[in-house]
Amino acid sequence: MSALKIVCAGFGGQGVLSMGQLVAMMAMKKGYQVSWMPSYGPEMRGGTANCHVVIDKDPIASPIITDGIDVLLAMNQPSLTKFLPHMNPKGTLIANASMVKTDAVPKGITINSVDFTAIAQEVGNLKVQNMAALGTVVAKLPIFEENDGLAIIEEKFGAKAPDLNALNKAAFTKAYHQ
Amino acid sequence: MAKILMKGNEAIAQAAVSAGCEAFFGYPITPQNELIEYMAKYLAKNNGVFVQAESELAAINMVYGAAGAGARVMTSSSSPGIALKQEGISYCAGAELPVVIVSVSRGGPGLGGILPSQADYNQATRGGGNGDYKVMVLAPNGVQEATELVRKAFELAEKYRNPVMVMADGIIGQMMEPVEINPEPLPPVDRPWAAEGQRGRAQRNVVNSMNLDAYKLEQHNRDLQAKYERMEREDVMYETVQTDDADVLLVAYGTPSRIVKSAIATLREQGIKAGLFRPKTLLPFPSKQLKAAAQGKQFVLVAELSLGQMLVDVKLAIEGTVPVHFYGRTGGVIFEPSEIVDAVKSHRKGD
Repeated sequence: MSALKIVCAGFGGQGVLSMGQLVAMMAMKKGYQVSWMPSYGPEMRGGTANCHVVIDKDPIASPIITDGIDVLLAMNQPSLTKFLPHMNPKGTLIANASMVKTDAVPKGITINSVDFTAIAQEVGNLKVQNMAALGTVVAKLPIFEENDGLAIIEEKFGAKAPDLNALNKAAFTKAYHQ
Repeated sequence: MAKILMKGNEAIAQAAVSAGCEAFFGYPITPQNELIEYMAKYLAKNNGVFVQAESELAAINMVYGAAGAGARVMTSSSSPGIALKQEGISYCAGAELPVVIVSVSRGGPGLGGILPSQADYNQATRGGGNGDYKVMVLAPNGVQEATELVRKAFELAEKYRNPVMVMADGIIGQMMEPVEINPEPLPPVDRPWAAEGQRGRAQRNVVNSMNLDAYKLEQHNRDLQAKYERMEREDVMYETVQTDDADVLLVAYGTPSRIVKSAIATLREQGIKAGLFRPKTLLPFPSKQLKAAAQGKQFVLVAELSLGQMLVDVKLAIEGTVPVHFYGRTGGVIFEPSEIVDAVKSHRKGD
């Protein structure tokens, strides 16, 4: 396996940084080498917050992804605009359906358009849209299984926010099976 | 113990606390703020002292004071902040105080930017303080090694009674990697020179860097030089990767050395035998070891996130025996493995 390069991007507040952390933690528990790198440069209001997650069997060369994104999670339109030119032409796009138009995405890229915002609203709290996104990421990445996602959500948030955690898991499961 | 996923800044701070760091004085600056934040949260809980000083100058002078009183002490900052600490670092070196300084460097000059850079190699290894002094400089290549080297930094600072700097970069500071931190505190060290009260001594200990007697000051400087020479004999650290059969030797340090390693794998797939020499101590620089590793190579290529600073030390080490080329990006731009591959190819005869 060569390095699997994942970029998670969205508005600040959509939870993409912590979602990316969960992806890295899951892969670490499966014995992979992982790195997680946040964007910490100045960002425009209305622009994107993002993190780069690299998963590899071998030691990771660079935690910063400039090109060849294998999996892009775009929670909003500016994220797609910013990272689409840097995608692997055979990569996978996971898009937040209600906020991201995917018309301009070239053939060759697999598009998974799921309405994470709607799932979060159905479950009852907009905050958990990142866990819905995690559900689709786990469903689309062959290295993970459903239980990996549920276990990591429990580990990360179980003690910290028990009330919200049921919603986290509900959003995750709903998106995973969609 | 299972590895945990931790941000470099926090992992460095935890490693310092685990090693027995008793006091931290600092002032916030991106990209090392999580380090100070961690210290603020946990050092007091571990019976330590944390002060957010009013400036970098104040912080380094508090470090001087705490070290002088015999505490295991540390400060951290980033490029412009380290610039402000230079006077205090020279005073610590002059007074022979064991202190640890973490530099999470970013793009310059001036205020520059906040993204990762290695443009502070000269700042770290030459310093901006006055006098014939040297600071040991350790350069980790990732979060795990950063935790090991910050621990080592306390050991070396105490062994030599000298400031030791851990030079990370914004990548190490900001990224998360799996890490396992040594939980064992370092053994306490005798500090008979510390200004901690008279304690039955005939005279009070005084910690001072001033000496108005020229002959005594010259002798003090000769003693310091002897110490720096001993560092070079006993504590040079470096790593070599596939250097023995290599035609081309790449030299890189810190996180960019990992990008270079990946470029070397690509080059070897294409039939070009390249190897890596990675200094882990930037001061003392592994000059003899590098010169030996470079013998018989077609050329050496130095890759840095600057426009050529370690390059000078590489050239001094190799003494003109092998051609030395350079590739660098700066300002917060990180090179790709493909850029290094292209740079190597551009210097190959007949390619």
